[in-house]
Parts: sequence; C-alpha cells; structure tokens
Amino acid sequence: MSAQGALRPLTRALWRRPRLKLALLLSAPVGWLVIAYLGSLAVLLASAFWSTDSFTGTIVRQPTTDNFTALLRGEVYRAITLRTVGLAAAVTVVDVVLGFPVAFFMAKVARRRWRPLLLAAVLTPLWASYLVKAFAWRIMVGSGGVLDWALEPLGLHGPGFGLTAVWLVLSYLWLPYMVLPIFAGLDRLPDSLLEASSDLGAHALRTFRSVVLPLALPAVVAGSIFTFSLTLGDFVAVNIVGGKTQMIGNVIYANVGAANNLPFAAALACVPVVIMVVYLLAARRAGALERL
Amino acid sequence: MRPRTRARLLPLAVALALVVAAGCGSDEPSSSGTAAPQGFTPPEVPMLQSLGAGEGKVNLVAWAGYVEDGSTDKSVDWVTPFEKETGCQVNAKVAATSDEMVQLMKSGQYDAVSASGDASLRLIAGGDVAPVNTDLVKNYADVFDALKLKPWNSVNGKAYGIPHGRGANLLMWRTDVVKPAPDSWGVVFDPSSPYKGKVTAYDSPIYIADAALYLKSAKPELGITNPYELDDKQFQASVDLLKQQASLVGEYWGDYSKAAQAIKSGSTVLGTSWQYIVNLAEADKAPVGSTLPKEGSTGWSDTWMVSSKAANPNCAYMWMNHIISPKANAQVAEWFGEAPANRKSCQETSDKQFCTTYHAEDESYFDKVAYWTTPIKQCGDDRGSVCKDYSEWTTAWTEIKG
Amino acid sequence: MHLSRAARTTLRVVTAVVLAFVYVPLLVVVINSFNPARVAVWPPEGFTTEWWGRAWDNAGARAALLTSVKAAVGATLVALVLGTLLSFAVQRHRFFGRETLSLLVVLPIALPGIVTGIALQSAFRFLGVPLSLWTIVVGHATFCIVVVFNNTLARLRRMTRSLEEASMDLGADGIQTFRLVTFPTLRSALLAGALLAFALSFDEIIVTTFTAGAGDQTLPLWIFTNLTRPNQAPIVNVVAVLLVLISVIPIWFAQRLSEGAVRGAGAAAR
Repeated sequence: MSAQGALRPLTRALWRRPRLKLALLLSAPVGWLVIAYLGSLAVLLASAFWSTDSFTGTIVRQPTTDNFTALLRGEVYRAITLRTVGLAAAVTVVDVVLGFPVAFFMAKVARRRWRPLLLAAVLTPLWASYLVKAFAWRIMVGSGGVLDWALEPLGLHGPGFGLTAVWLVLSYLWLPYMVLPIFAGLDRLPDSLLEASSDLGAHALRTFRSVVLPLALPAVVAGSIFTFSLTLGDFVAVNIVGGKTQMIGNVIYANVGAANNLPFAAALACVPVVIMVVYLLAARRAGALERL
Repeated sequence: MRPRTRARLLPLAVALALVVAAGCGSDEPSSSGTAAPQGFTPPEVPMLQSLGAGEGKVNLVAWAGYVEDGSTDKSVDWVTPFEKETGCQVNAKVAATSDEMVQLMKSGQYDAVSASGDASLRLIAGGDVAPVNTDLVKNYADVFDALKLKPWNSVNGKAYGIPHGRGANLLMWRTDVVKPAPDSWGVVFDPSSPYKGKVTAYDSPIYIADAALYLKSAKPELGITNPYELDDKQFQASVDLLKQQASLVGEYWGDYSKAAQAIKSGSTVLGTSWQYIVNLAEADKAPVGSTLPKEGSTGWSDTWMVSSKAANPNCAYMWMNHIISPKANAQVAEWFGEAPANRKSCQETSDKQFCTTYHAEDESYFDKVAYWTTPIKQCGDDRGSVCKDYSEWTTAWTEIKG
Repeated sequence: MHLSRAARTTLRVVTAVVLAFVYVPLLVVVINSFNPARVAVWPPEGFTTEWWGRAWDNAGARAALLTSVKAAVGATLVALVLGTLLSFAVQRHRFFGRETLSLLVVLPIALPGIVTGIALQSAFRFLGVPLSLWTIVVGHATFCIVVVFNNTLARLRRMTRSLEEASMDLGADGIQTFRLVTFPTLRSALLAGALLAFALSFDEIIVTTFTAGAGDQTLPLWIFTNLTRPNQAPIVNVVAVLLVLISVIPIWFAQRLSEGAVRGAGAAAR
C-alpha cells in the first residue's frame, strides 16, 4: 500500500496533465517504430544511392543514381514487376473467391456450436511451417506428383513448376489470412440488419448485394492487404515451386545474397514499398485498417 | 516553435540525421586493391603467427557435402572425430553459390570458408580473408604441388588458403529418358530439343562461362580462349545462347537437393550437375548417368581460407589441417566426388581406383577443366581491359532468366 | 437472413471442398514422414517409423525449438507493452499525427518481409550491432506490435470510461483503477493479441533469415537448413506434424477467449 501511496502524487499529476501522459505513453512505441523501423528503412534508402565495387564487393559510399537508372531502364525489371503485381492480384482474387463463402458460412450460416471447430480447422494449417507446406506442394506439383496422378484419368497433367504452380501454392498459403478478417467483419454484422432487410421484402441475393457486401468490403480489403503484400515480397515459395520464375522478391534476395549488391537490392526494394504504401493509403480510405 | 510542429518535425529530423550519418560514416576497410590480379595489392591483413589452444568452436561456410557430421548418412562423418580430438565444436553453414559465400564472409561471423576460384580472389581483395601461415598446417606438405600457390589461392607468392580438392561440373541425364547417352553440351543448348522444359542449369551468373565454353568449340570464329575472359562480342553470343536455352530450362538449381529431387522425380531429365548430386540420386536407385562432355567443362578448385575477422582462428587452422589430413581428405573426396588435395589420400580411399577415376594426379585432364574464376575487366591478353566483369555477368544473368 | 436450402447446402459443400483443399498438402506431409526414401518423390516408397524415432533424439530440432520459443516470448512481451501503450494513446487522446501513426504501426506487417529484413540487417550492420537472439526479437517485435495494438484498440473502443470514472469517484487512484477496473476488462484482448503475436513470431522465416546470427537457429531456420539435407528432410516432416498436433492446444485456448479472439483474429499470423 505504501508504494501505491508514494505513486499517488505521480498518478494525480498525470491525470491533471493529459499532454504529459500522452507523451509518456507515446515515447516508447513511437521511438521504436520511428527510430528503429523507419530509421532502418531510411538507412536502406540511403544505401540505394551507393554502389558496390564489382571486384571486392565492398560498398562504395559515393552517392549515385546509377541503381535507379538501371532499374528504370532495364526491361527485365519492368517485366518482373508486372508479373509480380499481376500474380499478387490473381492470388488475392482466388483467395477472396474461396475465402468469402467459407467465412460467410462460418459467420452466418453454420450453427453456433460448430464455430469454434471451424475456426480451429482454418487456423490449424497456419501452424504447419510455411516451408514444409511449400515443399509438400513441390512434391504434389512436380512430375509424377499427386496432381499428375489425380489428373491422369482425365488425360491432363499437373502444371509442373512455373507461374501457375506459384499461383496455386501462394493462394493456398495465404487463404487463412483472407478468411479470418472477413469472418471477423461478417461476425460484426448484426443479424438484425439482415432480418430487417428481408422484412422489407428483399430476397437473399438482394440482401447480400446491398447489405452484406458493402459492410463486408472493409474486411475484404483488410484481408487483401495480407495476400497482396505477402505475394509481392515472396521469394521462398517461388524458389521451391516456381521453376525458373523470377519475382521481385527473388531478384532482391539474389542481389543481397548471391550478387552481394546491397545498393541495387535496396533500389529494387523501393518498388514493392511504393506499391504497398499506395495500396495501404487506398485501403485506409476503405476503412480497412481498422478491420485488420 | 509550437509544440505540435516540433513533435511533427522530430521524427523527420531523426530520419534525416540517420540518412546523413549513413552517408558520411565509413566503417568498411578501404580497399587498396584495384580490380586486376596482375599487380593487385591486397589489403594488409595480419597472418596468424602461432597456433594457440582451441577456442571451443568454429563457424564454417562450406559447399554441401564438405562438412559431414553423420546427419546425412550415419557412416559419413569426419566432423565428430575432429570435435573429439580438438574440442572445437563445428557449426557449418552450407552455401549454394560462391556469391553467397562472399556475402557470408563479409558479415565477419564465420571463421573459415571453402572458397572456389571465383570467390577466393574477391575475398582476398576485399580484405575478408587473411594470408595463411602454412607452417602451422602440418598436412600442407603433402598437398599436390600443382595446387599450391596458384593464381586463385595466392598473391605475390603469399598463400591465402589450403587446397581442398578439385573437380569438374558434369552433364547428368536420366538414362531411361534420354537416349542415346549424350557426350556433348550441345544437348542442353539444342533449340529443337525433345526435352524442352525438362532441362536444368546451375543458378549462378558463373554459368555464362559454361555457354562460352561450349561456344569455344561450337563457334570457333568467336575466338573464345578463356570462358571467363569474354569481350563484348563473345559475351553477347554467350548471353544470347543462354536466353535461347531459357525456354528449354524447367528449373535453375542453386540447391543441390532440389537438383537431386528433380532428376529423381523426372521433373528434369538433363543438365549440369555435380558428382555429389549424381551419387545421391544413384543411392536412391534413380537411373542416372553422367559424363564430362567432349568440349570439356567448367569446374572448381577449392581452397579453405581463414577470415580476417575470425573469432576462432586456432580452431579454424586445426580444422584446415584436419580436412586435408590423408584420411579425412580421402573421405570428403569420395563422398563429394572430386579429386583430393593430399597425395597420401589416394591410399586411404575405400575404392582403390578412386584417384585414377578422378584424375587426381593427371594434370592433362585438369587442363580441360576451366576452373571457376572471377571475371574481371582486364582480359589478360592483348585485348586489354575490354572484358566483362562480374557485375555485368550478374546483371545479364537476371535478364537471361527473365 | 433466410437462405434457401439449396443455398445453404451449396455453402456447406463449398466450405467442405475448401477445407479439404487446405488439408490435402498436410496429409502429404504426414505421409512423407513415414516415407523411407531420402529424396522424397511421389508415390511414397514404403512405410517406416524410423524418422519418428529419430525426431525425438534430434538435438538440433530441440535446440531450435527452444530458440524459437525464446524469441517468440521476447517478441510477444515487447509487442504487448508497446502495443498497449500505443492503443491507449490512440484511443484516449487526440493529437496530430494520430492517423499517420495508425498507418505507421501497420507498415512492418504490410511491407514485404524481405524489405523489413534487409532494412533491419543493414541498420544493424551500420550500427555495428552483432546479429544475435536480440536482433531476432527486435525484428519480430516490430511486426507483432500491430497485432496487439488492434486487439487492445478494439477492446478499448468498446469500453466506456464511465466505469473508470466511477472507480475514481469512489476514491481509487490511477493505479488502483487500472489494476482493478481497466486491466481485467482488457485481459482477454491482451491474451488474444499475445497468442497471435506468438504464432506470428514462431513461424516467421523471412525477416529471421536476415536478423539471425551465425549460430542462432529458430525452428523455421532449422527446417530451412534441414529440408535440403537428405536423411534430415523426413525428420522435418515429423517435426511439422508434431507442431500441428501440439498447436491444437493454443488454438483451442484462443477459442475459449471467444469474442476477443474472433475480433482480433483478423490480424492473423504471418
């Protein structure tokens, strides 16, 4: 009690000075986010303006815009960026198409009793390591793999390693990240609204179109932030099932590691950063940031 | 200034300060080396003068299969005897390419590396490795003379590493799919190949040399003598060949196990490989054949080098001495499938014909192998400094893969 | 909402199909953990329990598991503190930059992992900080903050201040009020956030690749190194199956936190 008594004047002072309280609350997290995180991004951006001695691999700290010039001029980088963005969009679309019905079923149709089980069923795969799942897909997608074996009676064969396989695997991997926000968003939707809508004469499809979709949209956008961003930067799954496919993440990774050219990798990294910041600003407009 | 404005500007100021500081500070050792091995002066790095007690552990960067502790195959283990004898616990990081090795060594967190010729000179010039005091390595005396003090492991007569072994890249194929058995690299470059989409190639810019090596025989008018010294015309021809090959390639492998799994499952049926990969596939009963094609091949001659920032230099020296000891060198050479560096190892191999099969003492064989070397601007002949350096190879490689 | 029977059945079927799609690869993992072949291809070449036996003895896996747990616990604690502080600031005060801050806190999880990874690595290198377990914790904590932040923010939004004000009217000071009134209400949200942050950190590989030191191996890094080693790869499959089985416990626990878990589940693990 005495310790508390000693602190009383302090808490009283903080109560009376909300600004000070705010400053104290903010100092640690803002310090961390701004100094540690933004600071490291700043260092990365700075290094994008340096270059590497091609023989020794030491970083030469003379500012130059060579990296950005090479990036903007190189056709291959444009192609890779378009491919990556296109894939991210495709993965997002598949995940919405697959995830929305599941989330809707879980939130509005299934009996309450089943909900924890369904949620657990969706969450459990997240605990199986990402790498292990990707390698399992490598076996499934490869020559003579599960897909080949399953499609054989139909006279077809699996996609083999390549862009289609990457699309398939990434859609698979990020599906739970789409289902959960949509489920949370739909769950928040009061049943009474839906009842009111049907009382007013709308049939199910109309209710869905005019009531459910608009209210669920922020949640869908929130889920899409994950699927889009995770696909945009991925280089591990692409390496495992993509065959010779290159995405932005691979080129960045190759330049940091294999090519030992951090400045160029940093310049390349600006591309997904810019894309994601634009995406986030648009998502904020849609109110998605609160639905994460 | 109003408090709010100040609060707003503070994070910005911090970020700016960091950017400026980053630009001004310099904690990298300035490289006094220029980009030419001829007459290039490596930075001054002190050499270990005497061997002290082991530090208890050693961090290594190595090629797959070089540092085996029984976890891949119970009977394949030359690390545990070393750990028992010296007390140095081995922690090995397997790197997929020479480029990765250079980058890992730059971090300063590793004590020794098994560098191929395309990494060794870069490491020396960057001050990342120290000269090796060969007097402290007892087994060095028994190493083949042909491997000692070579252009890729020494500068101005100073040894920078201990030779590990050497070998060639091979052409590997599925014997049940590819008929007849190929004997030329032409099969992986053939635009009308029946194996389209099932060819594999090594995922590193250094693979451009393989294309150049093929063009040396296939297009003699290009005048390629050394596949690592390519001027503009020769380089473009090699790059064009590889761009064309890209449509045949199903997968570029950097990871040896991906290559082994792909050839075993049949996702790939033909392409560049290491003897180690062929051995692995054969051990799992996959029908795989391999050969050194008639045009010759690229290859490697590996050297163990000590980091200039090694935290455990004594253990590093002890490791180097161990890995080139007759028994251990024989074991690693047989497991990986390369020629050993220690001439006494030829008596220690379980296959008595091993050294003959791998041409360990046959210098004329290794004359056909173009060891991995770092391409630099200086062509080394009367063309002058018009050759493409490694950064250009790297940029081209991204374009080739598309 | 009144849906026709046909609609309900379709939804049921679609959900079943999607869930099957989700579990088939996991089944492949389980099958491969019994596959005697060292280089895994399809179909499996036989049946063996050798790998299951070897997995128990594998010191590397156990060490990696311990490192992962340590890193996850560290990151979760840091994220809990910072996330809660931030949510209190954002919810209960108005200040310039509040909107930007909400955007900023999402950034670490929204930007691709490789960017965060190389940014942190170059910053550590620049400052001369050696990579170690601490740098892993720093990396993980940075993107875990948003998970805790969202959960606590959602809970704070639903809390009325009247309870706290009543408490203070009755004579309690700030600390007593926090301890006896605010914290109990927040508890389940904090727990939900902590569980998600733990899960996020536990399976993270991309940022970890760049922030781990030479000798540190978290479980995902161990998996990465060993999936490519014949004779070790099947053991990795065993480890993965075990992880899934064990994870039922925290997931079930998370379900028990019902509302809080559901709301915050949207910020699901990376």
